[in-house]
Amino acid sequence: MGADQELVDALRAGDEAAFSRIVSEWSRPMLALARGFVSTDASAEEVVQETWLAVIKGLDRFEGRSALRTWVYRILVNTAKSRGVREHRSLPWSSLAGDDAGPSLDPALFQDGAWRAAPGEWPEHVAVESSVLAGEVRGELESAIATLPERQRTVITLRDVLGMSSDEVSDLLEISQGNQRVLLHRARTAVRGELASYLAHEGEV
Amino acid sequence: MAALTCQEMVEVVTDYLEGSLGWRDRRRVAKHLAHCTACARYVEQMRETLTLLGTVPVDTLSDEAQSALLDAFRDFRR
Repeated sequence: MGADQELVDALRAGDEAAFSRIVSEWSRPMLALARGFVSTDASAEEVVQETWLAVIKGLDRFEGRSALRTWVYRILVNTAKSRGVREHRSLPWSSLAGDDAGPSLDPALFQDGAWRAAPGEWPEHVAVESSVLAGEVRGELESAIATLPERQRTVITLRDVLGMSSDEVSDLLEISQGNQRVLLHRARTAVRGELASYLAHEGEV
Repeated sequence: MAALTCQEMVEVVTDYLEGSLGWRDRRRVAKHLAHCTACARYVEQMRETLTLLGTVPVDTLSDEAQSALLDAFRDFRR
């Protein structure tokens, strides 16, 4: 809590650099989180801005019972939820249905439970950050994420792209760890699959 | 205890990587992976996918929105 108290003190004293820094950093997860509750990117942006205005005004009432970041994210979720209701967007986070149920990988890949053909090998430098391939792969990943069903997209973005913990994500989205894992699993399976077919085509060239 | 099939293996990979399997299931997975190069490759590719996902850029608020918020902060704190 020491560093957090320092941050709160700095903000209350009007430290603009500290404020700019958290706005820039925290708005990434906040946008992804908001997008899980509202209908468009534009309204997610508005929710994030509205949240920061509420934070500015409410800073003096912050009691330090949770980390500042958690407090900010909670305000965001509440703001996003009421906005979602106004937009008549009803995508229940608590139940799994439709795109989020059933086996995640095509059953046709298996015969009697075993692979019909082993997954193709990936080039060794695919995970090397600086390689040209990694740049192209990032683009593939971005479009793979963009085409996921909404709840899967939100969970994989928060967990794997932004590195939030499973506790934090379950907590903010108000879903069980089990349901979160189901969404994450389906998302990861789909994204790995997209990447695999992209890399297979690369190999043919 | 029945051995894990490949098709079951790919459906528990996230539970496995998240560390949410009980010790019995963990052992079944470990046993399967020790003998199945196809699944071992699949799990390795899943790990690589996660590493790569961590490098995907994510949008933050536009510069205009950020500077409007900074103005609001300045006004309020004055």
